[in-house]
Amino acid sequence: MPILLRINERPVAVEAAADTPLLWVLRDELKLTGTKFGCGMGLCGACTVHVSGQPVRTCVTTLAAVQGKPITTIEGIHHDQVGRAVQAAWIALGVPQCGYCQAGQIMSAVALLHGSPRPTDADIDAAMAGNLCRCGTYPRIRAAIHRAAQALSQHP
Amino acid sequence: MSAGDAGEGPKVTRRAVVRGAAALGALVLCLRQSGEIALAAPRKYGAAAEPGGAVDNPLVFVAIHPDDTITLTVQRVEMGQGIRTSLALVVADELEAEWPRVRVRQAPADQGRYGNEDTDGSRSMRQFFMPMRRVGAAARMMLESAAAARWGVPVSEVHAERQQVRHRGSGRRLTYGELAAQAAREPLPAADRLRLKSPAQFRYIGKLSTRNVSGEDIVRGRARYGIDTELEGMLYAVIARPAVLGGRVRRYEARAALAVPGVVRVLEIPSHPLPAQYYPLGGVAVIARNTWAALQGRERLKIEWDEGANARFDSQQFESLLQQAVSRPAKVVRNDGDAYAALKGPGRQVEAEYYLPFLAHASMEPPAASARIVEGHCEVWAPSQAPQATRELVSGLLRMKESHVTVHITLLGGAFGRKSLPDFAGEAALLSQAMHGAPVRLMWTREDDIRHDYYQAAALERLQAVLGGDGLPLAWLHRSASPTEDATFEAGAEGEDDTEYGQGMINIPFQIPNIRLEIPKVPAYTRIGWFRSVYNIAHGFAIQSFLDELARAAGRDPREYQLALIGPPRRIDPRALSDQWNYGESPLRYPLDTGRLRAVIERATAEAGWGRPMAKGRGLGLAATYSFMSYAAAVVEVEVGAAGEIAIPRVDIAFDCGAAVNPDRVHAQLEGACIMGLTLALHGQITFKDGRVQQGNFNDFPVLRLPDSPQDIRVHLEPGSFAVPLGGVGEPGLPPIAPALCNAIFAATGRRIRRLPIARQLSRPPHPS
Repeated sequence: MPILLRINERPVAVEAAADTPLLWVLRDELKLTGTKFGCGMGLCGACTVHVSGQPVRTCVTTLAAVQGKPITTIEGIHHDQVGRAVQAAWIALGVPQCGYCQAGQIMSAVALLHGSPRPTDADIDAAMAGNLCRCGTYPRIRAAIHRAAQALSQHP
Repeated sequence: MSAGDAGEGPKVTRRAVVRGAAALGALVLCLRQSGEIALAAPRKYGAAAEPGGAVDNPLVFVAIHPDDTITLTVQRVEMGQGIRTSLALVVADELEAEWPRVRVRQAPADQGRYGNEDTDGSRSMRQFFMPMRRVGAAARMMLESAAAARWGVPVSEVHAERQQVRHRGSGRRLTYGELAAQAAREPLPAADRLRLKSPAQFRYIGKLSTRNVSGEDIVRGRARYGIDTELEGMLYAVIARPAVLGGRVRRYEARAALAVPGVVRVLEIPSHPLPAQYYPLGGVAVIARNTWAALQGRERLKIEWDEGANARFDSQQFESLLQQAVSRPAKVVRNDGDAYAALKGPGRQVEAEYYLPFLAHASMEPPAASARIVEGHCEVWAPSQAPQATRELVSGLLRMKESHVTVHITLLGGAFGRKSLPDFAGEAALLSQAMHGAPVRLMWTREDDIRHDYYQAAALERLQAVLGGDGLPLAWLHRSASPTEDATFEAGAEGEDDTEYGQGMINIPFQIPNIRLEIPKVPAYTRIGWFRSVYNIAHGFAIQSFLDELARAAGRDPREYQLALIGPPRRIDPRALSDQWNYGESPLRYPLDTGRLRAVIERATAEAGWGRPMAKGRGLGLAATYSFMSYAAAVVEVEVGAAGEIAIPRVDIAFDCGAAVNPDRVHAQLEGACIMGLTLALHGQITFKDGRVQQGNFNDFPVLRLPDSPQDIRVHLEPGSFAVPLGGVGEPGLPPIAPALCNAIFAATGRRIRRLPIARQLSRPPHPS
């Protein structure tokens, strides 16, 4: 029985057990490799996508839990105005170093800005605490979130 | 010197080669077997001393296409340091290329063609800035020659600018694209006729910008790392490896694993006898139609292990062994004056021991690689810092000629030294071979990564000094006990070698009349590797903490005390400090410049407001280190709460690597080194019990998170001149961070941290001693 998913505004049917973590279906079956594996335990945030607009760790989220719900991955986030603003801020401030964790960082940042268009530093701390970066890009991530928020408030 | 016999796999490590070179000395007399005396070749330095050396042939690196786009090949690997962008900018600048029309291609593993590709030791810009400038300049001159020939005018009348060649008299122009085919046939300019730009003419070099050739791909999720390789008919694999180094499979039961839907095959990978080198660790592999099936299959394996000789290894006992090692005299590697006699004399005695535990790299991308074999040719896709070693390893393991092995270098999702040892690529190749050449992607889980790393060596540093009337030391005794990375390659190698105590221990530039440095022999019971800045971490932590302790003992300000100890600005030949290695660089081109060391200390402290009044529980700490030919000083501001909780509101880092080729990336590397340094100071610790690593994921091997990292990291680059040889960037920002933090904690609380990580030490009452 195929499971029906809606990913980046497209319907897809996947043949996989309902308890399969979404991460492996995205990466291995759908070849959406922008979503990364980092820990497998929901500890690092590298695998973050949006499910119904909320950030979700796909390494610990089963297919059954997301069936029929809208899923957005890093490959689809530029369809979203906030997503584009965040991507632009990331480029402008040179946030990425190795870049591996940045898809997850961006997905968490976009979700934050949807909920809090002008986040405080405390908001950023709370929203981004689950996303690890071993290269240490945190100061620029914080600055880029503020920059994206400002850009969005000027050109809503 | 060559890097081993390819037929039997790699035998000689890069560092072993470097060490061999260091042993030669500058000009030595060799006694040949016949008894005649021959003059050995002068010692080589820098890239020339590395396997493959530096290649500066423009035809190897520059391809100009008829549509006027340009492809530049970069032979250093990209792991977040920005080198793919920065080296391409160097070539583009000398070439007078227009950056938007430049594409970058990653060189595959081919040391014979591209020269040295090993991306380690903070060497890429330091050693390849000049060769890459020559590449760009030579290509520019060949384009000018081609245009002059086309127009039948003297080459002196034409000039290349912004990707066009112009004839001054007539104003005629030709684009690079129009000239490319002809230019490629022009003779290469002789080295002595090469016209390099003057720094004033640079358009990209030294300019502030956040250009990143992979930036768009990264933020759109299109960047491909080692873990992302996709090939037609891909199989996915994980391996259950022996928990104890040197262990092997006695027997295993695969039935339950094979019953998992999607699992295709279970097979044993033989364990290589120790020393481990960069051979696969062995174990049982599960190959499946997708990663999830492979993981589930692995869960269901039943394996009986023969654990081998290291099953009793216990890092707590190992610490005691290190402690015994530093309690008695050992091999002397530097001896100025008579420290033992002076230590027996009058004056205040100060001694302390500092401990650094084993550390794991935990790059966000765990080790991963893919391989396939088609018609006797193996292709590997690997996030490897050591392309040539990867190729040799695969060639040796598969018993294929090196020319039949292609290693594609992907982006690296972090590396920090871990991916200089490409065991994981060897595993992928073996699995593809076992699957008759089918494409196999091997992935390590986080637990695999943390439990089977090549660890940063634990170290115990004992320092002892006796202070004179002015409070400055009359004698300095330092013993550093730490297993050597050599032990990963040579059975029985014990204690730091010259390239290891050469990292920030031997070359202290302090004006102390009696200095004695000793290296005890200590064994290794796990795979020792290189972690960003390597032995500088333990040496920097110990020496810079000890200076702070001495200053306090003398009742002097730590900043003023360190400056007094360094003394006046002067250039010291490292050999005068008994340092024959000098990071493989010429002692004449790269002396230790105490003026530059003083300057970063003065800058960091001035910027941080050293000496300003601090609220209760707050403090500033200073540390300064010289590593990889660059000077770094950090001032950390700390706030320690009543329950011992630590906040780090601000860090000031002054840095001198000479001129910054890509200043924004230098800033980024220092910000990153600061956070990595804080992570290891606060949390970093790998422990072993019964031969097994006790940590496994980010819950028990924590990495600093955004809310806990400093909001304010201020990087202050010293203005550098392109007339001075460049220093390294990737590593030298890290060593001062942990000691600056611990010194700040002392300033804030009066509590001295002598063992890392700090963890919860401050939430416990002070130790009675």
